[in-house]
Amino acid sequence: MDTALQTRAPARSTPAPAPWGRVRRSRHVADRALKIVCTLFTILGATVLGWILLMLLVEGIGGLSPAVFTETTPGPGSQGGGIANALVGSLILTVLGIVVATPVGVLAGTYLAEYGKSSKLAEVIRFVNDILLAAPSILIGLFVYMLMVQPMGGYSGWAGGVALAIIAVPVIVRTTEDMLRLVPGSLREAGAALGAPMSTVIIKISWKAARAGMVTGVLLATARIAGETAPLLFTALNNNFWFNPTLMGGVSNLPVMIYQFALSPYENWRELAWAGALIITMSILALSVVARLLLRKDKVR
Amino acid sequence: MSTIALNTSSAIGNAAAADAGAPVRIAVRNLNFYYGDFRSLKDISLDFYDRQVTALIGPSGCGKSTLLRTFNRIYSLYPEQRADGQILLDGQNVLSPSIDVNELRARVGMVFQKPTPFPMSIYDNIAFGIKLYERLPKSELDGRIEEALRKAALWDEAKDKLRQSGMSLSGGQQQRLCIARTIAQRPEVILLDEPTSALDPISTGKIEELIEQLRSEFTIVIVTHNMQQAARISQFTAFMYLGELVEFGPTTKMFMNPTKKQTQDYITGRFG
Repeated sequence: MDTALQTRAPARSTPAPAPWGRVRRSRHVADRALKIVCTLFTILGATVLGWILLMLLVEGIGGLSPAVFTETTPGPGSQGGGIANALVGSLILTVLGIVVATPVGVLAGTYLAEYGKSSKLAEVIRFVNDILLAAPSILIGLFVYMLMVQPMGGYSGWAGGVALAIIAVPVIVRTTEDMLRLVPGSLREAGAALGAPMSTVIIKISWKAARAGMVTGVLLATARIAGETAPLLFTALNNNFWFNPTLMGGVSNLPVMIYQFALSPYENWRELAWAGALIITMSILALSVVARLLLRKDKVR
Repeated sequence: MSTIALNTSSAIGNAAAADAGAPVRIAVRNLNFYYGDFRSLKDISLDFYDRQVTALIGPSGCGKSTLLRTFNRIYSLYPEQRADGQILLDGQNVLSPSIDVNELRARVGMVFQKPTPFPMSIYDNIAFGIKLYERLPKSELDGRIEEALRKAALWDEAKDKLRQSGMSLSGGQQQRLCIARTIAQRPEVILLDEPTSALDPISTGKIEELIEQLRSEFTIVIVTHNMQQAARISQFTAFMYLGELVEFGPTTKMFMNPTKKQTQDYITGRFG
């Protein structure tokens, strides 16, 4: 009632508002409260991460020695040993996975961003890709077991690589599409206006403009699969020997090695598990840092 | 109002007079354009003369950019857009499906509102367009690139940094790079879609000078929101409104003594 009257005849009834102190106290309080809560939870997240790294360093550094990089994983009850076979095995599986996943992921992402756009088919692929992105990785291990391990009659590095590739593909599809969508449409129009066919526009202009982001996506996918354990349990398995050059029969690898050794009753196995965990974490960290630097360098340019 | 009219008319002296004897280069006949179901160009018929600058003016949404985008069929990148009618380039209908769009776009070049340098070196930006059609030995390619940069009045500023990214140039330089890229293909027609609306006055002045020079070699169609610019640089002006062509004629006549009241009102700033 009162306010209605005021709006109708403001000049008559309202005194001039005070120049200061018009912001309610509760707004100041809410402002500060949100800031404090956000900061606290950020610190909480960072602390957990720092704790994990610290624990890895404390427990893992003791286990690091030249033998770790030169000797194969020790059998039950034997002393010493290293994880050379698991390191090389992991490297091969990861490279295999990313070599298979990169062309598939990049081309599918390109289809979604450049050709499919908002078509029905593209929407379906996008949906399925998101499901794959969230699929439990053990499921992918089982799938490849049925697909490759059973028909081929045994565990193999090939099956492991394919399982890792299936994990990496949706990550690469997603980042490739996102990065290509950031390329302004005016750049494509400019290419087309010069008479470039769509394939040339995509390869010479869109890919070039989105290059850093796409490479980052591949690097992040590499980091992701380097630490995957579950898909390898049913595919590459793990053992304590140098693997066959044909990659048939199990291929030793870090994640499964860590899983098995960490649960073992042998002191030297557990120590090697810590060392392996430290090495794998540092490698992933390095990959992520490189990915970020690449992206930043491109933004500056 | 009267001051605006005065400014406009005094600016007309800058551009060369319309050449009434110039042959027709592009003849538009009964052109209709559709965005989905929406008809945005209605029965446009209009001639564009050889080696003359024709300005398309009109309020936002009147269809002037749409008209420009039919000449090189760039609209066909978007499946929901279509045109019917005829656009005759030297007598040949460019809307006909038998015309190869990529060949068409080599003959009809286009420069956009926002500068669009490709993410590559200045040299490669220009070489990109040439290499689409020709395989040249390096020395000849170098020559073509220098020629294009000179014609676009960018050579002196860019000759020492041909290997640097095209993105490192200023906005006005980037736009001249885009013009160089277009003329390096040796087109016959150049379409300019508000080429200076993202630029400062000095860069705008340079582009306008450039357009005046390019007129000796190319047929130029320019869309502009800036009435003074149309008066300064064009020989012919077409005024469009709500997808229709209201009036077309020599720029001097359009600005000094338009036939239609609507044109008069728009030019003097009474609406639009």
